[in-house]
This record gives sequence, C-alpha cells and structure tokens, in this order.
Amino acid sequence: MKVGLFVPCYVDMFHPETGIATLELLERFGLSVEYPVDQTCCGQPMTNTGCEREAAKTEELFVRNFGKYDYIVTPSGSCTNQVRNNMTAIEQTDAVKHVRSRTYELVEFLHDVLKVDAFPWAEFPHRVALHNNCNTLRNLRIASMSERREEPFSKPKALLGMVKGIEFADLTRPDECCGFGGTFSVFEEGVSAKMGQDKVTDQLKSGAEYVTSSDSSCMMHQEGCARRMGANLKYIHIAQILNGARA
Amino acid sequence: MTAELHEELTDPHGEQLDHGAASSRPLKSRIAEPQPRGAKIRGNRPVDQSEAANRFMAATEHEAMHDARLWDLRQKRDKEMHGIEEWEELRNLASGIKEHTLSKLDYYLELFEKNATANGIKVHWAKDGAEHNAIVLEILRSRGVERLIKSKSMLTEECGFREFMAHNHVEVIETDLGERIQQLDDEAPSHVVVPAVHKLRTDVASVFAKTIGSDPDNADAHYLTECQREATRPLILSAQAGMTGGNFVVAETGTFVVCTNEGNADLSANTPPLHIASIGIEKLIPGLNELPVFIRLLSRSALGSPITQYTSHFRGPREGGEMHVVLVDNGRSERLGMEKFWPGLKCIRCGACMNTCPVFRRSGGLSYGATYAGPIGLIIDPTFNVHKYRNLPYSSTMNGSCTNVCPVKINIHEQIADWRKTLAGDGEISPVKKVMMKAAGEVLASPVVYRASLPLGRSALRHLPHFMLYNKLNTWGRKRDIPETPKQTFNEWYRKNRKSQEKSQSEGENS
Ligand code: SF4
Repeated sequence: MKVGLFVPCYVDMFHPETGIATLELLERFGLSVEYPVDQTCCGQPMTNTGCEREAAKTEELFVRNFGKYDYIVTPSGSCTNQVRNNMTAIEQTDAVKHVRSRTYELVEFLHDVLKVDAFPWAEFPHRVALHNNCNTLRNLRIASMSERREEPFSKPKALLGMVKGIEFADLTRPDECCGFGGTFSVFEEGVSAKMGQDKVTDQLKSGAEYVTSSDSSCMMHQEGCARRMGANLKYIHIAQILNGARA
Repeated sequence: MTAELHEELTDPHGEQLDHGAASSRPLKSRIAEPQPRGAKIRGNRPVDQSEAANRFMAATEHEAMHDARLWDLRQKRDKEMHGIEEWEELRNLASGIKEHTLSKLDYYLELFEKNATANGIKVHWAKDGAEHNAIVLEILRSRGVERLIKSKSMLTEECGFREFMAHNHVEVIETDLGERIQQLDDEAPSHVVVPAVHKLRTDVASVFAKTIGSDPDNADAHYLTECQREATRPLILSAQAGMTGGNFVVAETGTFVVCTNEGNADLSANTPPLHIASIGIEKLIPGLNELPVFIRLLSRSALGSPITQYTSHFRGPREGGEMHVVLVDNGRSERLGMEKFWPGLKCIRCGACMNTCPVFRRSGGLSYGATYAGPIGLIIDPTFNVHKYRNLPYSSTMNGSCTNVCPVKINIHEQIADWRKTLAGDGEISPVKKVMMKAAGEVLASPVVYRASLPLGRSALRHLPHFMLYNKLNTWGRKRDIPETPKQTFNEWYRKNRKSQEKSQSEGENS
C-alpha cells in the first residue's frame, strides 16, 4: 500500500510537529509513506470563498502530486472534505476521481482502513477535551452529531480510548462550531473571535488540561483566542497523542 | 396607566406567582444596557451584517441573553427529538412530501382553489407584494374597514404590508405579543418564531412606557404582558377585519391550518366578521393525511414543545361572515426554477436553523437587514435582491448544524456554498475578497512561488498565510494571538531528514 502524505499549509507552516507525528505514526504500521515535496494546498480558501475558478490550478497541482498513491492521508478533516466533496473546479478525469475517493483524514484512515486496535506506545495521563472540526463531524461523519437522532459514536474517541491514562473532559456544547470557518475567520473577524472565546470558556469550565482535535486550523484559532484571554490550556493534535507524545 | 392583575394570578400576599418560562422579577435598580439596533440600510447598497453583529456583541448583556435563550430552545428541541424514535424518518417524509408538492405545484394550487371556492372561500392570486397589498386594500376599502387585527406572518413582512396600510390610513394591530412589541418599537421581527427575542425585558419596559404608558421601571414580564393585554384587547374587539397567515394549505380539502401558541390567530380570525389569510404558494400540501407529519415536526423543531398550543383548521366563512385567501407568489415561482436554490421553498419557517446557528445567536436577527435572518435568510434573501444581500452568504462558518436540524432537510449549508460560487461567478463579490482569492490562487498553484511567500524570518504581522493577511489589516490579530512560527516548516524538515535518506537509499540501490 503506497500512501501519499498531504500536509496542509497551516500544518506545514505553524505545526510541523503534527506533520512529523502523522508520518511517524503511519510508518509504525509498516506503511510506505511519501511526502511529495511540491505540494501546496487543497484549494479550500478559494472554494470556501466561492472563487472556484481561482482554485482550479491549485486543484490540478494537487492531483499531479497525489495521483500515483493508493491512499492520500492528511491530518486535516476540512482539507479532506474539500478534496472529497468540493474539488469540482477541474474536469473530473479518472485521475481526479481516484484522488478524490482515496483521500482520507488521519482518524478515519486509522479507524476505517487500517482498523487499528491498539497504540501500545501511547500514554497520555491528562484530562483532555476533544474538539471535532465541523467538516469532519457533519460532512465526513467522523462522529455522531447532536442534531440527529442516531446511535452515538466517535471515531476519534474510539482511538483515543486506546491511549493509556487518558481522561476525557466533557464540554457543555461539544459540537458547537468554534468560529474558525476558513476565510470566515478573517472576513467576519468579530463573530469568529467571539465564538472562539466562547469555545475556550467552555473548554476551561470542563477542567481540561489539553484540547485535542484532528484539525489544526480550528485549534490554531482556539489557541489564538486562549492565549489572548490568558487561558491556561494546551492544544495538541490527535496525531501527536496517538504517536506517543507524552505532553 | 397601571394594569390590573387578574386575581387568580396573585397569591394571598399580593405577590405575583411564577409561571413557567416567563417567571420573572421586577428589575428596578440597574441601569439598563441600551438595545443595539439592526443593520444600517442604505438604499440598495450591500448590507454589512458583520458591522451590525459587532454592535450587537458589544452589548454584552443582550448577546449573552440572546445566545442563552436560543441555545435553550435548541436543547429543548433535542430533547423532543429523542422522544420520537422515528424522527429521522419523519424528516425524510416531510422533505419528500414538500418536494412532491412543489414538483406539481400548479396542480395542487388549482385543486385548492377549486375546493376552497366550493367551501365558500374567496381565493385571490397575487404575483408580488404590491399586488397582494392592493388586493387586501381593495377588500378592506369596499367594506369600510379602518382597523385590522393581524396575527404574525413573515409573508406580510416581505410585502411591506404594515407601511403600506399605514400610508392608506388603515390601522393594523399585531396580536402576537412579540410582534406587537416590534410593531410598537417600529422594528422588524428579528426571528421567524420569536420576533422580539433580541430584546431584554428592560427594552420592552421602555417601549411600553413610551407607547402604552406602563411603568418604565417595571420590567416584570408578567406585568408587561398584562399591560399589553389591557391596552390591546379593546382595539381587537373593535376591529372590523382580521388577518392571518397560514402554515399549511391543504389542497384536497380546500382548507388551511394556522399554528400559534397565543391563540392570537384565532382571535384575529374569529372576532371580526371578515377574515383574510395571506399565504405563500409554497405552503401547499396534498391532503390531511400528510398534515400530521408536519404538525409533529413544527413545534418540536421550533420551540421544543410537542405541539403548538393552537392548531386551527379554517374551512370556510362562518354564517354572515367572509373568508378570503390571497395566494402570493412574490418571487417563489422564479425560485422554483433555480436549479440549486429551489429546495429553500420546502421551508416551514420553524426557526430551528436560527436557534442552532452560532453566528445568528451572536449577531441578532436584525443584523441581517433582511426579512429572513439566519441560515434560511442567507439562502433566500439573495433571491429577492442579489446585490443588496450579496454579503449574507458569507455570514456563516458553513458548519452544517442548520442542515441537520432542519425538519424538511433543506441542504442549507451546501446552498450557502453554492451562493458564494454563484455570487463570485456573477461579479457580486466584494473587491477585497476577489483580489485576495485571485492572489491566493496564483500563489498556491505554484510550489516555487508558494515556498518563497512563506513567512519564516519575517515580521510578526506576516506570520500568516498570504490569503489571510493580504489586506494588511491583520483582522486575525485583533482578538487572537498569532501563532508562533517554528524554526522550520514541515517541508524543510522532510527535505533534511527524509528526502536525503530517500536519495541515499536509492543511490545505494543503484550502485
Ligand atoms: S430552513 Fe428548515 S430549519 Fe430553517 S426555518 Fe426553514 S424549515 Fe426551519
């Protein structure tokens, strides 16, 4: 199985440790993982703003970079959603269709494709609040949502539950959006920041030491709010916990 | 003027009794936070929702109350949903029935007209708001009506009905308490179900003090309601005509159904001898068999109550009376022809999408500057005026909660994304967004340019991707810290630690 690693621009730039953890974690399962060095982005900022035409060349580049892999894995739910559900600015050739159907968010890849049942190396004796990115939750269906009447499930919780010593902190509004919303975070800065502050307040009230998520972009926004508020919370990507980060 | 309290609502010591959700205590000593007003409307210029939202959030008490109240409705809705095993099946059914009816709308409309006429209802057709207003005015004038009592209707808001009637010297009295508050304050409703939800009790006290002479220092909900009742009842009793909307129009029986919690639609319809119902053409359902699906969903989705207090069926004029139904198009036929946006017509105006919307809860419904606020507003307002409402589809994080609470399964968040595409394609996008996205598209399409644009080693303000800070305003950093830039990007780490290995490995293999 040949796996291509996609490291989204935020992760590349601000959280290289998340990219490294994702790579190492996948390699622990004996996969051959490659990171095409000419990758940039999935086209989400443009598509998200409605500028599909402006996204076309970026999408083409993505397909050129990743066309040759059996699976494309990325530590980001919103990028996965972009590729799988919204990469429509370009002609839907077989290569494009292949890439779109083979792109997986890390948690769903571990849970659904590899069907991992243990992380013997992982131990995280801390109180952790889980944040599900909205795209991951409601478009990729990584967990049940409070809006629907459905059997409760959570793929990230199932994986984190295999980590020794971890304790979950419950939020009062677990699947309320944190206000990042891609370009929303800069175009509608006021509401975005207020939603982020409310999210941080909820996390603080839960008694969490750490917040984790399979999406760096939401956490970058939340962490930015938390720091400005002087809130004592640490943010860590789920890939790092699963890869055995200690703190 | 002081309102008299009914004896049964007063305990032996003269204290008011608590009554459920509206229980309240007089607020006297605090200085009230003034109510933030809605979006500034400047002719046809695009409405700036975020400007109004910022003012709403600056009024922290209002914002906190608004968010808490609507979130409470959302939670009550969830509780009701869990009580119904077949909830998701009901949503499927409701959506299917609406889609079916909309796909044969001409047939069902004519069927309704035929059956309603046989029931003694006079059916009128209005192609837009102006026609609707003219039809109603004509009915009222020819019968010498000077005062009309009315229950809440979003359609009449669409038509600018109240202003039109004021202009033509017909007095209109709203009978829904929240709507009456908004009328007295000369403000539009901020929510389709709870029109004054953005107001604190102190705001209502000051509106009533100015308009009906209640005690400005008494913000007790019970007292205020009682004052309004005393002030409005005489007007209701002396009105010569009553107007309602209609939640569901039943083609097979030629009847229509109105759902309220205050019974005010019944008051409006049954007190005067003349009843006019203004109804949008999308409200049709085939028959009474289909009705319960909607009745079970409507109030549970809206307020988290199993059913509205009043679910009234109207099937014809009473003896000596008259009943008119005005079926209004006002852009609906055109919307029905829009490939991506026609499903918005399935809406039953329950407001669940507003209650769940994190942006709506923090902005207030008046910040949208349009008849319909919140998620459903974002996807139908631009059908009325694409230029004026072109910014609204951006007032969303596209988190998708709305789509999943919607009882008729409208794909709201997908339509928001589609509107953004449509607007950008039609040149209805702000120049800032356009320039930023064009630049981002070029940078991200080229690995070389992209790598060269990365922020390492530059000033803090540049420590964000190009597309976030292109406008130099650093909106990111106003209320959020900017992430620290690590020593190296992942790309650099990989090239150093893995790429070289790959190379030496393959070189090793070759030799
Ligand atoms: S769009 Fe759906 S949730 Fe929103 S008001 Fe209409 S029916 Fe209710």
